[in-house]
Amino acid sequence: MPEQRILLRSHLGVDFTRLDDYIKHGGFAMWAKAQTLGPAGVTAEVKASGLRGRGGAGFPTGVKWGFLPNDGRTRYLVVNADEGEPGTFKDRYFLELDPFRQLEGILLACYAIGAHVSYIYIRGEYWNSKKVTQDAIDQLYAAGWLGKNIQGSGFDCDVYVHSGAGAYICGEETALIESIEGKPGMPRLKPPFPANYGAFGMPTIVNNTETLASVPVILEMGGQAWSDLGSPRNGGTKLVGVAGHVKNPGLFEVPMGTPMREIIYDLGGGILDDRAILAIIPGGSSCPFLTAEDLDVPMDFDSLKSKGSMLGTACITVMAEGLTDLLEVMRRITGFYEHESCGQCTPCRQGTGWLYAIADKMCKGQADESHIDLLISACNNIDGNTICAHGEAAAWPIRSIAKKFRPQLAAEIAKRAAARA
Amino acid sequence: MALRHDTDFGTPLSRQEAQVTLKIDGLSVTVPAGTSILRAATQAGIEIPRLCATDSIKAYGSCRLCLVEVAGRKGTPASCTTPVAEGLQVKTQTPQLAKLRRGVMELYISDHPLDCLTCAANGDCELQTMAGAVGLREVRYPAQGQSHLQATKDNSNPYFSFDPAKCIVCARCVRACDEVQGTLALTIDGRGFAAKIATGTKDFLSSECVSCGACVQACPTATLIEKTVIDHGVPDRTVLTTCAYCGVGCNFKAELKGDQLVRMVPFKDGKANHGHSCIKGRFAWGYAMHRDRILKPMIRKAISDPWREVSWQEAVTFAAERLKGIQAKYGRKSIGGITSSRCTSEEVFLVQKLIRAAFGNNNTDTCARVCHSPTGYGLRQTFGTSAGTQDFDSVDDVDVILLIGANPTDAHPVFGSRLKQRIRQGAKLIVADPRAIDLVRSPHVQAQHHLQLRPGTNVALVNALAHVIVREGLVDEAFVQARCDLESFRAWREFAADPINSPESVAEQTGVDAEQLRLAARLYAKGGKAAIYYGLGVTEHSQGSTMVMGMANLAMATGNIGERGVGVNPLRGQNNVQGSCDMGSFPNEFSGYRSVALPEVRQLFEAAWGVPLDPEPGLRIPNMLDEAVAGRYKGLYVQGEDIAQSDPNTHHVEAALRAMECVIVQDLFLNETAMFAHVFLPGTSFLEKDGTFINAERRINRVRPAMQPATGLEEWRVTALLAQAMGYPMQYNDASEIMDEIARLTPTFAKVSFALLDERGSVQWPCNDGAPDGTPIMHVDGFVRGKGQFILTEFVPTKERSNANFPLLLTTGRILAHYNVGAQTRRTENLQWRPEDILEIHESDAELRGIHSGDWVEVRSRKGETTLRAEVSSRMAPGVVYTTFHNPESGTNVITTELSDWATQCPEYKVTAVEVTPANHRSPWQTQHDVQGPLLRAIAK
Repeated sequence: MPEQRILLRSHLGVDFTRLDDYIKHGGFAMWAKAQTLGPAGVTAEVKASGLRGRGGAGFPTGVKWGFLPNDGRTRYLVVNADEGEPGTFKDRYFLELDPFRQLEGILLACYAIGAHVSYIYIRGEYWNSKKVTQDAIDQLYAAGWLGKNIQGSGFDCDVYVHSGAGAYICGEETALIESIEGKPGMPRLKPPFPANYGAFGMPTIVNNTETLASVPVILEMGGQAWSDLGSPRNGGTKLVGVAGHVKNPGLFEVPMGTPMREIIYDLGGGILDDRAILAIIPGGSSCPFLTAEDLDVPMDFDSLKSKGSMLGTACITVMAEGLTDLLEVMRRITGFYEHESCGQCTPCRQGTGWLYAIADKMCKGQADESHIDLLISACNNIDGNTICAHGEAAAWPIRSIAKKFRPQLAAEIAKRAAARA
Repeated sequence: MALRHDTDFGTPLSRQEAQVTLKIDGLSVTVPAGTSILRAATQAGIEIPRLCATDSIKAYGSCRLCLVEVAGRKGTPASCTTPVAEGLQVKTQTPQLAKLRRGVMELYISDHPLDCLTCAANGDCELQTMAGAVGLREVRYPAQGQSHLQATKDNSNPYFSFDPAKCIVCARCVRACDEVQGTLALTIDGRGFAAKIATGTKDFLSSECVSCGACVQACPTATLIEKTVIDHGVPDRTVLTTCAYCGVGCNFKAELKGDQLVRMVPFKDGKANHGHSCIKGRFAWGYAMHRDRILKPMIRKAISDPWREVSWQEAVTFAAERLKGIQAKYGRKSIGGITSSRCTSEEVFLVQKLIRAAFGNNNTDTCARVCHSPTGYGLRQTFGTSAGTQDFDSVDDVDVILLIGANPTDAHPVFGSRLKQRIRQGAKLIVADPRAIDLVRSPHVQAQHHLQLRPGTNVALVNALAHVIVREGLVDEAFVQARCDLESFRAWREFAADPINSPESVAEQTGVDAEQLRLAARLYAKGGKAAIYYGLGVTEHSQGSTMVMGMANLAMATGNIGERGVGVNPLRGQNNVQGSCDMGSFPNEFSGYRSVALPEVRQLFEAAWGVPLDPEPGLRIPNMLDEAVAGRYKGLYVQGEDIAQSDPNTHHVEAALRAMECVIVQDLFLNETAMFAHVFLPGTSFLEKDGTFINAERRINRVRPAMQPATGLEEWRVTALLAQAMGYPMQYNDASEIMDEIARLTPTFAKVSFALLDERGSVQWPCNDGAPDGTPIMHVDGFVRGKGQFILTEFVPTKERSNANFPLLLTTGRILAHYNVGAQTRRTENLQWRPEDILEIHESDAELRGIHSGDWVEVRSRKGETTLRAEVSSRMAPGVVYTTFHNPESGTNVITTELSDWATQCPEYKVTAVEVTPANHRSPWQTQHDVQGPLLRAIAK
């Protein structure tokens, strides 16, 4: 199965971090088209495309843009480039190799929603992304593509890069906004939603980097044509990552709805040593685990949901039989969510700690099978019981492992306990 | 009274008007829209477990105990963050909810020391209560997990301890510091399991914390708890009373165990404080039990003699004989008295009655003479009432705050917090003050304009504001036409329009940038509802009364009077300044500000008191002192005021006191004035008093005795004994009968009684047949005097000028930790924050003189000199220095002058020309004070 490359173009051998080259390859052509469409026209195309949020939640982008209240308040576009989901490396492509694609999308989105200021919140560890993106912004200002009266259009737009400080939770949009405001990254209560009360209390749209990078392409192809590339209600192409125990790990672009099997075996080259698949995380560590039985699921929002998991970031992690220590996987994942809990809600603050403590005991041979039930019970206490989705992100994968792999876990726990004794 | 438990509704009251009806556990509940389900349930008597919610702060939604099920909705939303909606059907108790709640509680308890039996909060701990409520029976999590049980206690704050081992990270303290107090001293450090409450410094004492107690109040566990509770245990009874510090008039619950006061807890239903407090009211009450308190009456023939303890009868007989002897020798008018703004209205009323009826003259004055007498005069002339126009709640509607000569975050901290919160909601702030007070710039608060005027130029400033308003067409013509005396307005308009009053003309004198002033004037006039709040920085000037009238002119000209969110509002310095003035303490006025010269008023009192009354006004405090020095005034009864420390020009005050033959001091302590006294009558603290304090918003608050008088005798009874000994019997069974007499004789108090106050909590005068519920806002339909009177306010610079010898201007004020002469706060742990008075000096002035922070400096004026420690500060403009007068040995008033307000003789404390030089010795006055103090206070064994 070949890729369908529309966004990904690293194979062209062009340095897309240079504005000249970007423009030479059609960059910013959509600005003129947007001028003829007008803001409502741009939004209409995005709505027609069915573009759903590429950060993982899959909310229709055009619909979100329509939520902004018409009350005369200043509006902001905030770009979520806080790519922190374990196993995920898709936004980084734009941030480091094709920065203008995102920036063109930002300009078009600002034009569509009537925002004149955009903040790009880049994950703190992505220092190179920040450097490249800032350099691109500087080039745009110099060339009159940002700032006052862009290309004589009368439209003003300023873009600022805001670097995160190493907190996964700041990928949650309201924690991200708090962080932009200079506060600790703690998610806000919703409602009010950012569209009404976002950055600095103003109406704010928060979009993922890939989402915005898709906007110029959508305008170029036309919303409907782009939508038709994918599966019903899951339009367009999508960047997917393949990592873990595969022969050809990497970043690819496929139409939405491509079966996972094709992605793992055709693009990812199959499993190391041609082993059997034990477990699959479809889109970052917060997704419930799948097994080899689920390989034929189409990679799109709705299909994965029907399998009890999520598309998430669409960056797949494959774990092979014989190469995977499931107890250690649980310890890694629980450790991550414990470390990244903001500490606001008790179930998450205390609960993620106990998940890790229990997984740790299992690994060290200090547990018995009843601890699997304790783990599930603790997950149930967290799930649905926190302000933001971090609690669910911590609970869902662990509960899915505990339920789907119980015999293997019980055997391993018993083996380690025996070894310790 | 048993220990009072107030209902915690979980989330704040919704102010929306629309009503919503929903069903909670089958019970129909109607509440305002915007109310949380948690609050609605609590109002209906349904208890939903919760830990992170408390009704003084916004919902936070983090403890996940208050979960409920809502018919037709997914999941189990937190009831604190879910607003009610019409027809909602809510279940608060289901098996699923019970399971979730137990699960959360299990997590809490898995990381909590189980030392309840020995914990200071045992029996008063929400975590304990909730663990019981959710029925937690086991903790399944392995015991060897990580925990916070070994965290170190922070005992640095003298009043409360912080034990992170017991913390449940509900952030109620952090949020109370933010949303209630507005200091933002606390934060959550770290994240996830490592999240902990932190101050940003090594401990509480070294942090920004102002010890208001809001965090302690908000804490659901023993994490933040009063050290007195740790020492004495949980209290068992409550007495509702009123704070005896500043004029905000916070209501408190005095919580006791037997006769031991355990803690003072701000009362949620207190109309002035709504459950908030400051360091002084909340914690600094230890002075009331201090070993320095004198509990027995004492007398001495001469001040060089040691004091001798005697019986009450002997003391009052001695005093009465001396006073009668003086009157026989020097005449009826040779004695008098001073009432105290620290005492109850009832005590004050009896003292002035003693003077008028038993001394037979009107030589009564009150300490308001030296603070807010210009307020009474100025507002009387313009509006017709000697009082502020608003209630504090009015600030919730204000759009523009013009703050002049007041430092609320230090001097009226609870109201200061209120201002901060309103400013954070979007109200604009203009500060006119020589000093960059906290409100000029502090976290989330910034003044739009800081008019940093030179001390003594208030009137020039207010005239320039008026000039802009008149010249730029910003007058509210409709209001003026309808409500004000037009002839006076025309004259004022002409006066204000004179180019001499333009911002540009006065800029050189005031030091205020003309453009800034113009912007400020426009903001005040056209920024929406604008309110003036002011303090002693207005009144304590030679043109104090002029300035008060100048502000009243501004309010009238811009229509900012007579509704919520506007007005002219004095921030009263002491707990009962308003009351002591209302009670007829002034030499020219009976209670309710009625002239002694009016025959019909006098006849009313003569009929009630059964003696003829003097139609001639008596002496004011400065006149008494002058007359004493002149040898014509020989006897003084001074209750609860320390004129030797607080009044200006100490040398002069001491000379006057030494010249008298009978000085009677009634006080808690042998204060500075008592050094020159012949009779000492021990007074009672507010914890022992029964009566009323009247705050800055004219609110009559009840003061109730939490304990028996330590002296054995209530203070008003001592006054009555003295009257008796003077030959004028006073018969009252209790303090309520004094208020009844006040009500009979004072039209503005006609309906006031202890019974009414006990029923209503408090009322604001006027409270009479015309206003049976009291009067939160004055001059609503018309001014008390009829038409509002504009008064011309020509700027006349003070005679106190700086020159080559005295190049700096000294101005004085109060700091947060201390209160006035410090008699109370110096006898508490507040000393840990500020043990001494400090001279603040701008760095350029300091550098010129070779002064560094911490150096001793001599401050010399035309009147005297004293030695203080200096602090180089950017709060002051160059040329202006600042200090406080909280410590007698500082001798701050040795240097202040006896210049005073032209109308009321309120001293000009705020402007003294001085020179500051490095010093290596105490001043002669200080040295003498050190020596004579112990001698003049000696008590015979």
